[in-house]
Formats: sequence, C-alpha cells, structure tokens
Amino acid sequence: MILAALPGFEPLVSGDAVVAQNIAFGILAVVMVAAALRMVTTPNVVHAALYLVIVLAGVAGIFILLGAEFVGVTQVLVYIGAIVVLFLFGIMLTRGALGEDEDAATEKRRMALMVGVLLLVVTGGALLDSFGDAAMDRSRPSLTAEIGDSIFSQYIVPFEAVSVLLLAALIGAIVVARKE
Amino acid sequence: MLLNQFLLLSAVLFAIGVYGVLARRNGVLVLMSIELILNAVNINLVAFSALRETVGGEVFALFVIAVAAAEVGVGLAMVLLLYRNRRSIDLTEIDLMRG
Repeated sequence: MILAALPGFEPLVSGDAVVAQNIAFGILAVVMVAAALRMVTTPNVVHAALYLVIVLAGVAGIFILLGAEFVGVTQVLVYIGAIVVLFLFGIMLTRGALGEDEDAATEKRRMALMVGVLLLVVTGGALLDSFGDAAMDRSRPSLTAEIGDSIFSQYIVPFEAVSVLLLAALIGAIVVARKE
Repeated sequence: MLLNQFLLLSAVLFAIGVYGVLARRNGVLVLMSIELILNAVNINLVAFSALRETVGGEVFALFVIAVAAAEVGVGLAMVLLLYRNRRSIDLTEIDLMRG
C-alpha cells in the first residue's frame, strides 16, 4: 500500500501505536460525553448547538481512530459544515419562541432520566456480556477507493435510493416551509 | 483497542440522546438529540466495520449521514411551519391529537 511506503509508517497494531490510540480514545470519549451531557442540559439553545459541534467533531476523531478516514472527513463536511449551520438558522428563525417554565418540566426530566439510565444499563450489560474482550487489530486504514468501489457495485441500489430520498426531502422541505 | 470501548461510548451517547429527546421541549433541541442518536449508531457501524476489516459498515455509515441530512431538512421545515402557525415551538403544547 501507499501508506506503507511512507517513511516512519508503522502498522496500527505495534505497541506504541496502541498506547497512543488508547490515550486518544480516552480524551475523545471524556470530551464527547461531557459535551453531550451539557448539550441536553444547557438552557441556552445556541450553546447546545455549539456543544453538538464538539460531539460531532469527537465522532469524526473516533472514525479516524478506527481507520475510517473517508467517513471521518465526510462527518466534518456534512455534519459540522452543513447540518449545524442548518440548526443555527433554525434557532435564529425561532428565537425566543419558548418561554422557560422549569417547574412543569421537572417531572418530565425525571422520567427521561430514568429511561436513559435504564437503557444505558441494559445495553451496557448486553455489550459487556456479548463482546467481553474482542480486540481490534486493524492493520491498515480503509482506503477511499475501496469504499467507492463498494458503493458503486455492491451497494448501488441503496445508493440510488438515498439519492431519490435526498431529492424528495429537498422538495418536501421547500413545500412544507414555503409561505402560501 | 477493544471493540467494547467503542460500543460502550456509543451506548452512552445513545442514552444521552434518548434523554434529550424525552426531556427537551424545544423542537430544535429534540432534532439535535436525534442527531446524537444517529451518530452513536454510526460509531457502532464503523467499529464493527473495523473489526471485520470490511468497508460495508462504513458505506452504511455514509448512508446514515445522508439520511440524517434529509431528516434535518424536513424536520426543521416542520419546526418553522409550527413556529409560523403557533408562535411557539414547545412540543408539549402540541397535544391536539392527545387522547
């Protein structure tokens, strides 16, 4: 592979690389979970969108850590570049639309917390039970050429379906949001 | 690296996203929490793809990103319509069809 020819390239499974990967994962995980928690609790809507940016960037970092570079770059382009901007426009167009009434929401929040914690306990227990210590020893990152080949041969039907879906969503959004 | 560390991170993000969907009253914030859930799913797809050293999971992660973009477009259009008609995007006030 081209990567292997680069000076200083080491396979992803060598000892130092694994330690570095684990440190990077730890930092990313802590930052992402903290930002996600702030996102769902902060009263300021714009701050929530900015915390979402941190989480999305962390997910892009996780993708690159997993050797999925193309997906990581697409994540940055599509999510941080497009979707978050769309959210910020949505926030600005509906600014001040929600009066804060914290008391009425307390009961709802407690139920939501219960559901979230229960879900985490159940899925976490199932994951620990199923994939106890399955190790990942990927030798090289996946190549964008492979993903392109795969999309345009094996997954051509879902690809076309997604393109029709995007067109339908575009027309649908215009029809729904236009003024009469 | 263990597979489980990615799956558990994904489970934590998923649970936080579900909490956000259930606890938030602002329509835009609910849509943001849904994005969090979709990203948690994407981490799972890419992690299994890396475990098996195939690209199938990554391709589906790309499809999920595309579907998420479509979903946000339509969802925000609906929130804007709601705001235009009712001057509020509080989802708890939309109870016309409540039994």
